[in-house]
Amino acid sequence: MGETVIDIENAVVSYREDVALRGVSLKVQSGEFVGIIGPNGAGKTTMLTIVNGLGKLLSGRVKVLGHYLTAGNGHSLRKKVGYVAQVQNIDPRMPMNVREVVMLGRYGLLGLLRRPGKHDWQVVDEMLELVGMSHLARRPIGHLSGGEQQRVAIARCLAQEPELFLLDEPTASLDWKAQTDILELVKQIHNLRRLTTLFVTHDLNCLPVACDRVVVMKAGLIWNEGSPGELLTDDNLSWLYDMSISEVKKRRGENILV
Amino acid sequence: MDLSIFEYQFMQNAILSAFLGGIACATIGVFVVLMHMPFIGVCMAHAAFAGALFGLWLGFNPLVGAFIFSLLSAAIVGPLADRGELSPETSVGVIFSLMLGIAFLFMGLMPGTKSGALELLWGSILTNTRGDIIFLGIVAIVVVGLVFIFYKEIQATIFHRDMAMSVGIPATLILYGILFLTGATITASLRSIGGLLIFSLILNPAAAAYQLTYSMKRMFLLSASFGVFSGWMGLLMSYLFDIPSGATIVVTSSVIFMIAAIFSPKRKVKGWQAKPLAEVES
Repeated sequence: MGETVIDIENAVVSYREDVALRGVSLKVQSGEFVGIIGPNGAGKTTMLTIVNGLGKLLSGRVKVLGHYLTAGNGHSLRKKVGYVAQVQNIDPRMPMNVREVVMLGRYGLLGLLRRPGKHDWQVVDEMLELVGMSHLARRPIGHLSGGEQQRVAIARCLAQEPELFLLDEPTASLDWKAQTDILELVKQIHNLRRLTTLFVTHDLNCLPVACDRVVVMKAGLIWNEGSPGELLTDDNLSWLYDMSISEVKKRRGENILV
Repeated sequence: MDLSIFEYQFMQNAILSAFLGGIACATIGVFVVLMHMPFIGVCMAHAAFAGALFGLWLGFNPLVGAFIFSLLSAAIVGPLADRGELSPETSVGVIFSLMLGIAFLFMGLMPGTKSGALELLWGSILTNTRGDIIFLGIVAIVVVGLVFIFYKEIQATIFHRDMAMSVGIPATLILYGILFLTGATITASLRSIGGLLIFSLILNPAAAAYQLTYSMKRMFLLSASFGVFSGWMGLLMSYLFDIPSGATIVVTSSVIFMIAAIFSPKRKVKGWQAKPLAEVES
């Protein structure tokens, strides 16, 4: 573990009347793999938006990779932060192939007026190889399955050569096999590159076992953090999802949770 | 067939206008089709028509009125659709009908003959002046030039706006830049094609190109070729059968679209996916 790369202090964010974050503080060290869990509407995605410079703070302080988040300065920060969202609805007729989509990740780095060169295409091909998608490199992007599209999104993110890797429910709406494949891939990438990673999910089955630390969010606040094993007890889950302990026990017995 | 008509200055002006207008409109069309925003384009086209009549009524240059009105409508519809507060269909329904209403109101208020107004409605490419052509030429060069210079930013914005933002591309700026160019293109082509028909020349060539290719660069090229071909073919038809040129241009572009849709390889995505990769990639 190295220096602190994300330092959030008392961040408050609101969308019109709704307060999405109500004073959240979090520190993340370089190389850490942090899982963020909580029910829908807990503020998990909002937390990622203030980390990658797309969000607007009402009060508090956010310092990411040495940048302070203020209105209008997120631009340069975003180039250093890779962001993978949920499976997107991509037009099946979109006239772009997989390789071109991965190249989009490098566009911010390249800057205005510069065209991708040989080196850029090389990086793109390496990343496609890493996520196991080389064989589909020239397929139209819209023809891929959800799981394949997420692999491409991860390759795009890595082609950006980010210093931070944010994943916002990357496995939502995927089938079980695709989910486990993506989790395995994320873990493998973290092991390989030691990229500081934030992994958001509302699905406990999708919390990678590789997490160094789990942060529990509910109603715009961080309620707890710790190692996955000590945090995800029946008591905590019962509180987090407003369910009785017996119900949690029953459901955990039926499913394979972390 | 007697084609000596093409030696006349007015016909040559028309041929040049069709070429420049076809390229500008069809290039803008690629954005409209790929960004799924035909609603904004329709709104802007009708607003431009209303604005031009406003100019005619108050006695200033109708094209200035057209430009201002189309940008105003984009400024209203764009953010509404962007923030998702209203479904685009609803906002376009309201603004579209309002614009037509305003247009006919100005037409009613206008004293004297309405021939100038009708010309803006139907378009009259045969009366294009040198000034019109220079304006069209400038707009076409600016549109094509900007696409060339900012191709990668535009490509990222078209693919997915939030994703473009997250890799550090000013996607919102690009989007509003595209809307601005749409307004300029509509204004420049208004006199040639007419306020009611202009949108077909924007949409149809791009929609046809969209049926035929999985490469964005090729889509831009195909779309521009279809746009120019529609213009020239329409002019020829208009001359041969003595019918309004705006209408023949639009009908030609629609026929091209229908042919492209019938022969589209994209209609068989499933079968296409099942093909062995080597065949697909060749």
